[in-house]
Amino acid sequence: MTTELWWEGFIMRTCLLIVILILLLPAPALMAQTPQAADVNAIRAQIDALRADYDKKIQDLQKQLEDLQAQLNRTPPPPPEQVVPAGVTGGSVSASKVFNPDISVIGDFLGAAGSNKVQPEPSMEMHETEVAFQATVDPYAKADFFLSFGEEGVTLEEGYITFPAIPGGILLKVGKKRAAFGKVNTLHNHVLPWTDRPIVTKNLVGGEDGIDSAGFSVARLIPNPFFFLEATGEVFRGDSGVNLFRSSERSQLIYVANLRGYQDITNNTNLDLGVSFARGHNDSGTSVGTTGDPFTTRLFDANATVRWKPLQRAVYHSFVGRSEYVWSKREQPGGTQNSAGYYGSIEYQLARRWFTGFRYDHSGQAENADLVDKGQSAILSYSPSEFSLIRGQYRRTNYADGPTANEFLFQVQFAIGAHGAHPF
Amino acid sequence: MKFKVFLNILAIAGVIFACNVNAQAQSKLKVVATTEDLASIAAEVGGDHIAIDSIAKGYQDPHFVEAKPSFILKLKDADLLILVGRELEIGWLPPLIAQSRNSKIQVAADGYLDASLQAQILEVPSGQVTRAEGDVHPLGNPHYWMDPENGKIIAKEIFDRFVKLRPNDRAYFEPRYNDFVNRVNAAEKRWLALMAPYKGTKIVTYHRSFPNFAARFGLDIVGYVEPKPGIPPTPQHTLDLINQMKKDNVKIVMVEPYFDLKTPNAIGRDSGAQVLVMPPSVGGTKDVPDYIKLFDNDLAMLVAAIQKSAGK
Repeated sequence: MTTELWWEGFIMRTCLLIVILILLLPAPALMAQTPQAADVNAIRAQIDALRADYDKKIQDLQKQLEDLQAQLNRTPPPPPEQVVPAGVTGGSVSASKVFNPDISVIGDFLGAAGSNKVQPEPSMEMHETEVAFQATVDPYAKADFFLSFGEEGVTLEEGYITFPAIPGGILLKVGKKRAAFGKVNTLHNHVLPWTDRPIVTKNLVGGEDGIDSAGFSVARLIPNPFFFLEATGEVFRGDSGVNLFRSSERSQLIYVANLRGYQDITNNTNLDLGVSFARGHNDSGTSVGTTGDPFTTRLFDANATVRWKPLQRAVYHSFVGRSEYVWSKREQPGGTQNSAGYYGSIEYQLARRWFTGFRYDHSGQAENADLVDKGQSAILSYSPSEFSLIRGQYRRTNYADGPTANEFLFQVQFAIGAHGAHPF
Repeated sequence: MKFKVFLNILAIAGVIFACNVNAQAQSKLKVVATTEDLASIAAEVGGDHIAIDSIAKGYQDPHFVEAKPSFILKLKDADLLILVGRELEIGWLPPLIAQSRNSKIQVAADGYLDASLQAQILEVPSGQVTRAEGDVHPLGNPHYWMDPENGKIIAKEIFDRFVKLRPNDRAYFEPRYNDFVNRVNAAEKRWLALMAPYKGTKIVTYHRSFPNFAARFGLDIVGYVEPKPGIPPTPQHTLDLINQMKKDNVKIVMVEPYFDLKTPNAIGRDSGAQVLVMPPSVGGTKDVPDYIKLFDNDLAMLVAAIQKSAGK
């Protein structure tokens, strides 16, 4: 019981006693047949004494109450209620869910109109629903999972653990991931500036999934006084992409190497250059049944990206120019096919919500270098907020082995859940 | 003879080791702050015993900094990373930390300092939080450094962390920290006296960058140019805002240097209000090179604008 409650009880009991005394005291006086003046005076004196005693006690109580109130007033107000921040890697703010990973869902709706006899796409489809789970594992690692739900199935697009602070300046990733091959191969669908991937990706680098397999990735910064330089080496299981890499034995692995250089030209402009190499086995040799070495595919990539974004008006205007060249050396019955392809793309931000762009595609086919597909695309995007985007793309494709396609593609992207990193 | 050679090698190794130890003792604490505000306060406390660098420029929107690889190079060798927190840097700092290859600045390490943990944070949402309210910060408004009281709290956090990382330098950091607090206290008295006659002045701001500033200096923010945080102005909202400003007799619109002035200027023309490009960060304009000058500049601008409005 607190002091305050005890005093309240004491006051109540005292008041009750006074009332009982007042009620009881007249009774003997009335009952007394012959009250003596001296007795009356004595009782009155006792009542006065009691009253004085209780008045004093009440005054004491009042004084104590005032002291307590004054003390309370002197105490600074408690700080505003604050939610304990979960740190920049996020996490739920609810105590019971504090260790749940950051969860986000990105929807990618695609539609197509026009004519395409060679690679027709559905008129409308919920092309991909990417669900991401990201959290810190322990003081030494973080984990990222990206599940890709199509309309009919689900695949693990990426799921890996990252050890960001291994001695020697090494960044180690283990799991399934998109290979650090070139530029577009590393990008998820929702950060592409187009509704589709360039033709060279489809023809030479395994299609939409690209080089994406389970393995190890080691990246190290190469110290130099001039610019950012990062070397990456990766080893994956030997199966990846559509008609790209296939293994028939455990020892048939995919090897990827990447060298990336980056330099700020000014605060507003920067240049990103990269060269990559990938090697794995393809499926053209496994069906032959020979005991010799199976056929391999080797890929070489050179890419360049120039970005301009005026810092003070970064939310309104920007420009990105990018290009990527890929050479494919595919061993197959009848000889090695040396195919090459590239794309060139520009994107310009017109206003805070409006982006426009153009892409030119040119690529031979991996299995027949003589067949060259070409394409041109014009793109217009509107982004109501950071979390949604509507995009239209006119695409003309000159197929080497089919009629020219003229299509209008449209896309609606929307993201819910944890705030992810902005694409760069 | 061999023994002499051995002794010589030992002596040379000893000298090299001593030089190395000495170099380590003399080496400056490498500090990277995500904003120029935090860098300014850190420099006040750390003096020449730290090497300070920052990522976001004061004139750029700190929500939309790009995670450039050149920032990875800044973080790679840092002993301490100071961040604003409250998810201000959520869109760009996590990938930089992850790629820094620096164990010292990983989340929860001694070299990771979220400066917001002891500060007075406003606009912490209660109840359901959804993005129907725009790009809300679920952990409260991250622009808390715009209150000098929070500036002192940030300085204390930084001082404590400096001492933790460099205990031998306490005697150097402590007087610098005390001096900074004393200067802020003195300046704050001056600022409060300057603003006292204008308590209750109604203003409009572009983004919710000034709630702490307004609360400290008795301003009444009656509306925002953005209909919701992170959502660009719409014609209907702009009209509603102009009407409200006319009704409430609002004569000042404060705009951060990184927002387009087209809509604020139109609002100013229609409502008769002055549009002030008000830096909410150190480095926002050339007139605000440090934390104390940030308030000197902003309050002087504000008072001049209020007096000009009154004189009309």
